[in-house]
Amino acid sequence: MTRFILKRLGSGLVVLFAVSVLTFFLLYISSGSIARNILGDQATPEQLAVKEAELGLDQPIAARYFSWLTDALGGNLGTSWFTSEPVASSLATRIPVTMTMVFAAMILIAIIATLIGVAAAVKRGWVDRVVQIGAIVGDSIPGFVIGIILVTILAIQLGIFPATSTISPGEPASAWVLSLTLPVIALLINGVTGGAQQIRSAVIKQLERDYVRTLRSRGIGEREVLFRHVLRSAAPAGLTVLSLQLIGMLGGVVIIEQIFALPGMGPLAVAATGQSDQPVVMGVVMYTVAVVILVNLIVDLLNGWLNPKVRAS
Amino acid sequence: MTESVETTALTPVPGATGQTGTVVRSTVLKRLFKNPLGIIALVILLGMALLALFADVLAPFDENFANISKTLASPDSVNLLGTDSSGRDVWSRLLFGAQLTLLSALLCAAVAIGIGLPAGLIAGYYAGKFEAVSNWIVSILMSLPGLIVLLTIRAAFGPSVWIAMIAFGVLISPSYFRLTRSAVQSVRNELYVDAARVSGLSDLRIITRHIFSVVRAPIIIQTAAIAGVAIAIQSGLEFLGLGDPAKATWGVMLSEGFKNVYLTPTLLFWPAFAMALTIGGLVLLGNAIRDALEDGEKIKHRRTRTPGTDPVTGRRPTAAPAAVRPSRKSVPAVDPGTEHHLVKVTNLGVGYPQADGSIKKVVDDVSFHVDRGEILGIVGESGSGKSQTAFSILGLLPDNARVVAGSIQFDGSYTVAPGEERVSQERLSKLRGKRISYIPQEPMSNLDPAFTIGYQLVTPMVRVLGISKAEARKRALKLLTDVGIVNPERTFNAYPHEVSGGMAQRVLIAGAISCEPALVIADEPTTALDVTVQADVLDLLRELQQRLNIGVILVTHNFGVVADLCDRVAVMQNGRLVEEGPVRDILRNPQEPYTQTLLASMLEGKEPMSTLVSPLQKEPVA
Repeated sequence: MTRFILKRLGSGLVVLFAVSVLTFFLLYISSGSIARNILGDQATPEQLAVKEAELGLDQPIAARYFSWLTDALGGNLGTSWFTSEPVASSLATRIPVTMTMVFAAMILIAIIATLIGVAAAVKRGWVDRVVQIGAIVGDSIPGFVIGIILVTILAIQLGIFPATSTISPGEPASAWVLSLTLPVIALLINGVTGGAQQIRSAVIKQLERDYVRTLRSRGIGEREVLFRHVLRSAAPAGLTVLSLQLIGMLGGVVIIEQIFALPGMGPLAVAATGQSDQPVVMGVVMYTVAVVILVNLIVDLLNGWLNPKVRAS
Repeated sequence: MTESVETTALTPVPGATGQTGTVVRSTVLKRLFKNPLGIIALVILLGMALLALFADVLAPFDENFANISKTLASPDSVNLLGTDSSGRDVWSRLLFGAQLTLLSALLCAAVAIGIGLPAGLIAGYYAGKFEAVSNWIVSILMSLPGLIVLLTIRAAFGPSVWIAMIAFGVLISPSYFRLTRSAVQSVRNELYVDAARVSGLSDLRIITRHIFSVVRAPIIIQTAAIAGVAIAIQSGLEFLGLGDPAKATWGVMLSEGFKNVYLTPTLLFWPAFAMALTIGGLVLLGNAIRDALEDGEKIKHRRTRTPGTDPVTGRRPTAAPAAVRPSRKSVPAVDPGTEHHLVKVTNLGVGYPQADGSIKKVVDDVSFHVDRGEILGIVGESGSGKSQTAFSILGLLPDNARVVAGSIQFDGSYTVAPGEERVSQERLSKLRGKRISYIPQEPMSNLDPAFTIGYQLVTPMVRVLGISKAEARKRALKLLTDVGIVNPERTFNAYPHEVSGGMAQRVLIAGAISCEPALVIADEPTTALDVTVQADVLDLLRELQQRLNIGVILVTHNFGVVADLCDRVAVMQNGRLVEEGPVRDILRNPQEPYTQTLLASMLEGKEPMSTLVSPLQKEPVA
């Protein structure tokens, strides 16, 4: 078990490394005019040269990457080239907002998609048809468009929710809940429809398996067959989809935060990539990829726990 | 060719037209056009494509022509859908937006297919190093959050829709790679591919001719989905204001509408509607193709059905339940007119409703009985209805099955009363496990792979007998010893995949007798086992049956097993009972020609009758 985790963590680190190299070199392409962008058009060539030296832009790319890497490994993500704010601290204030939404959406997707998927698989008939139609509608509207629709109707027209966020670390929980409700709904609808479809087909497939009939023949009640046996075997399919959805959501949340004017990582990412603010972009990319790797690891562990055959190999 | 009624019955075909499609491929398109959803999807997508194609002609204004004196105007004869905050025509911008949106989705899909398809073909066909390296790249690409990467790409290469879509195509190419690779892997070792290889076709020819045809349809489905995602991503980027400001796109229009949401929320409506319509068309198209493919599969199955059975009974499934079913009060608990048996099946008929409203009978007018302490063999080929008969006694017929005639009594009480359409789950759930139990055919697939063997033995005892877990554990270990397992502790703690087929079947037998049932229904209990193990399992069954004095219904296609084990035998053909009686009589002197041919074919080349003497020392209860 420990070996498995270490192996996965090891390959996760390799992925992280590969992504850091790729991102760093991508940003290098546009780093030519950074000093001018920071100092403005009036800057003299001398001032520009000083700035470039200060940022280390006069160094060869490999040396710059190496110095970034050693700093990052030492826990120092650098400071923004444009705002001079330490990357670590600006991430620290924004991560809670983004991750609260993403994980709330994930948990809700897991619960709602399971309930809907199981209901559609077991009841079939009209319940199934409603779910199918709902899935088509849900799949047809991108998450951010759902966000726009929600904010237009529920916040602007009806005034039930705040149209823009009022959250900051000091605010009471109720303000957070009120501010984050619509964004979370916008984030989760695509996930719910996709997840429910997966759970539905996985449950239908499991219900046709021989062991289900045998369990019933042994006098095990329908509910126990469904929730303990069938759902357990159907869960890996759902978990895999959920982990893929998380990856999509980490991107989708950027647009959602823009719509709801939330002080999460989205605006930071948009601003930093717009300015080629290398330390900030590197910080954001590394953080999100690390989250993905961690969640994938957790999903693998859960799958192993659910399926003894996987555990053995 | 007789693999049939049972399989077909389990997967009936809704809406099938009964055609016998051997060439499934060519009919997929036909089925797509028959499906209203498929037609709707094609009409939407075709319409969008035409609007985009002729945008230059159809649009009354240039995409950026701004009439400053007419901003945020309502629709009129000049501006069909009104104007935006700069006085630009919404309808014209919508058309040009369609052009850009569709092209960018196409570009993205083309890039993704261009990378994923060949890589998947090579990795699937040749495996080896290429596959290992590809898998690594795939796992990296798949852990990247798309939008964040696209933001970075934009920082590097500037705000170009095309570059963003190429990058997104690369990011999403693993989905084609994985799809193609697994499809290729599954056909790589198929006989026809081997045959092609042996006949000297080059790898390239094999890939393009045989393998490409397999992945074609899944790729179209995938492309519909990916084009939808590409549209969403592209619009998202534009909405964030990260696109080319000179281009009219749906994303830019949404962003523009959102800025004016307090003044004219309708500006939001049109781009959102266009987007939902297009992506919806793609989703519907994907679903329709998938349905068409699945129907094709079903028709292939259906083709193999045994011919000659009467398909129509005239009973309509929709009208039946309320009208036909008598009130339960009228059913007497014990039928006083007849003698008492452990199980009594009377004129049983089981059928499956078909798409045309008729009912396909798989069991017709079957009657027999079983008493405690005797073994009844039900013999017949696949599709004779023997398993369906057994499952109706257990009450474990598939959901769509209907009891169309007759009744079943267990120990004097009806589990299916005359006139009832379904087996009463309420009554049977009290009997299953406790009084009637089941030994399945295929040992491995009948144990839940996720739970230990011990758990699967203990739980039914705890639920059915109401004993404690510790008590049940003790009994389970005893049972495992009883069924001849040498190291019961180890088997108890093992998962199903850790034991052999023979051992798993012993476990299932232990499970079947764990709650001391009066009747055991064994469905081909030795068919899936090695020949050497078969005899052991049969011996075990006989020994347990005699010791516990239980009634057994043994479903089999093997007269050898019948001769070895049974007291009486019932022969079934095409859902009907052909002949029934004591084993000795039927084996020695079969009356029906069908029984004779069955016997002749099964005993061919064997020492006939020699095994008959030993199992029949006990007088059969006739």
